[in-house]
Amino acid sequence: MSSMTNSVRHWLEERFPLDDIKTLMEKKKVPVHRYSYWYFLGGMTLFLFGVQVLTGALLLLYYRPGADEAFESVQFIMTQVHFGWLIRSVHSWSANLLIFMAFAHLFSVLFLRSYRKPRELTWLSGILLLFLMLGFGFSGYLLPWNTLSYFATKVGTEIPAQIPIIGRPTLLFLRGGEDITGSTLTRMFGFHVAILPAIATLLIGLHLALIQWFGMSVPPALEAEWRAFPPEKREVRFFPNFVLRELMAWYVALGMLGALAALFPWGLGVKADPFASAPAGIKPEWYFLFMFQTLKLIPAKVVGMDGEMLGILAFGLVGAVALLLPFLDREKPFNTRRWISGLACVFLGYMAVMTIYGWVAK
Amino acid sequence: MKDSCLDCHSNLPEPLGVSAETYSQNIHAQKGLTCAACHGGDASSDDPEKAMSGAAGWKGKVERKQVPELCASCHSKAELMKKYNPGLRVDQFQQYKTSVHGMKWAKGDGKVAVCTDCHGVHDLRPPSDPRSKVHPTNIATTCSHCHADAEYMKPYGIKTDQFANYEQSVHHDAMVVRGDLSAPTCTTCHGNHGATPPGVANVTAVCSNCHVFQAQLFETSPHKDVFAAMVLPGCVTCHSNHAIKHPTDEMIGMGPKAVCTNCHSQGDGGATQAEAMHTQLTELATAISSSEELLGRAERQGMEVSQAKLQAAQARDALLKARVSVHAFRDSEVKRDTDAGLAVTRQTYAAGQKAMEEWKFRRVGLGLSVVAIAITLVGLGLYIRNLEQN
Repeated sequence: MSSMTNSVRHWLEERFPLDDIKTLMEKKKVPVHRYSYWYFLGGMTLFLFGVQVLTGALLLLYYRPGADEAFESVQFIMTQVHFGWLIRSVHSWSANLLIFMAFAHLFSVLFLRSYRKPRELTWLSGILLLFLMLGFGFSGYLLPWNTLSYFATKVGTEIPAQIPIIGRPTLLFLRGGEDITGSTLTRMFGFHVAILPAIATLLIGLHLALIQWFGMSVPPALEAEWRAFPPEKREVRFFPNFVLRELMAWYVALGMLGALAALFPWGLGVKADPFASAPAGIKPEWYFLFMFQTLKLIPAKVVGMDGEMLGILAFGLVGAVALLLPFLDREKPFNTRRWISGLACVFLGYMAVMTIYGWVAK
Repeated sequence: MKDSCLDCHSNLPEPLGVSAETYSQNIHAQKGLTCAACHGGDASSDDPEKAMSGAAGWKGKVERKQVPELCASCHSKAELMKKYNPGLRVDQFQQYKTSVHGMKWAKGDGKVAVCTDCHGVHDLRPPSDPRSKVHPTNIATTCSHCHADAEYMKPYGIKTDQFANYEQSVHHDAMVVRGDLSAPTCTTCHGNHGATPPGVANVTAVCSNCHVFQAQLFETSPHKDVFAAMVLPGCVTCHSNHAIKHPTDEMIGMGPKAVCTNCHSQGDGGATQAEAMHTQLTELATAISSSEELLGRAERQGMEVSQAKLQAAQARDALLKARVSVHAFRDSEVKRDTDAGLAVTRQTYAAGQKAMEEWKFRRVGLGLSVVAIAITLVGLGLYIRNLEQN
């Protein structure tokens, strides 16, 4: 066995600079400090995205994107295909965990101030990736074509319609027409398996390249400590030490996904009936709940303007602020860092409270 | 159109008083008819002397005996009724004269129902109005005003428990509780204007208007000729007339609640057939129950069994058919339907078992995977420790 391994290694070394790659990987260091565990969240998000790609590719072998066939094809996957139930349930659970992990990664990077110079583009690409993940969640949700997904998409696509000027064209673009039909399904399928993955591949490639280029960020306070007392600086090699630790975390995540899929398999629901009325209390998936609940609570009119439109514009503003965060962070002439942390805490609390509220509200 | 009568009579106490609001809801008033249409007189005159003069045709209070002919003076004229409601029948009075009420009225009985007793007087609304006394949901209550009054009905020597019995029936449940206006009420079986209790020989014909399959099976059953010979009232013999309860499988057979025991004795041909049918029905009902319980359990465990549940509905249909087939009173007819149902329940039960086995397989698979992952994690941890110690 080991002679075969040596033969393969020798064959590859004759064609590729494996030693150089190994040196580069061993050269990369990961800082070790009291906040080091937060470094695992990015890798975890990447792992879950990989699970989505793998399980998604397997589902693609059987899924049929049409209003007459989508539900039945998912039913076939769940009941007839060997381990189809596992792949589908892992795909659904992993989607939710991925979005949760993406948010956790975002907030950990924010509070550790890893977005500051020179890593502004890393932050920018990360925010865009988060929006992409939400887009994946939204487009994928319709694909089973059950009652819940049909009406959730109907409600979800009506919200951007409130935006002035671009609202209606956006609605028509998302739905492929006035109503949610088979055209919407094929459109969402196209977004989910082709357009968004293509953009995500580019952005993830850029994001990882930037991380490799700039290395791992250290919180400003710790950086100052280490500058003052260099012997206190501790690091481990990225490869193999950090990678092995990350592998352990990935195995734990894999175990969790398997357990969730086996113990709480994702339901099939009832096939969508466009002529039926929306189920009472229809609501979107949890990651959109805080926005949905906010829009429900805003009064119809606020200072003479449409309340829902104002709510959407407010969330748009939050998104814009998030994108431009590295450029808003400064110490002189006015220290904005505490403001950023404070507002982030408030927003995180708001998201949590409104998500729970939206979950329990009828 | 001016109706001066109301100007005074809306301010008078009972029995002369008629409120404007009540009369405004009267279908005759809505069609433009005034009080004078029934009572005579001149409704356009504000002078009571002129309004209620003989010259103006004033009739005054209409006696009960006069009501049917008064109403018929318009409602029997096709040319006249066409102007108001072309779809309305004009043979009510002809029918009334054939009814028990009508025949007794013709002999001078002033206690029997006349038009106003059922339709109302000044508050007369069309039957389609839910507030009308002859709206389908209210008919039984209207009939019960006389027919449930033991004192009032004494001279006629008929029972007065019909309404009380009807209130316990599935028909009342369907009509009044569930609001199914197609469910039978008194007039459905007895007729409305030509109200007469169906004769013994006619009961099956009445029930068969809705219960078509049961009636067809009964016509070819051994019971048909036997019931006719014994002058038994068809369907009523087993199901009763007014207190028609929801039938159960216990009604068939030789058990304590079985109606078959009213005629059949243990061991006779009919009893054997009845017991066989009961066994077949309960066997299918039990099989359905078992398979639905298993499928329900599998579903609660998170297993996908929607197709099996859809198939299980076919078994319920087979049981329903079998319960209808009982009316052929041959166990072979029932067996044909129960066998079809049992074939389905065998498949759905097998699907439920397969789902539960799959559930157990997933648990075992999960356990093994978790052990494998745990071993890997321990291995990785030891490798990392070894790496960093060296």
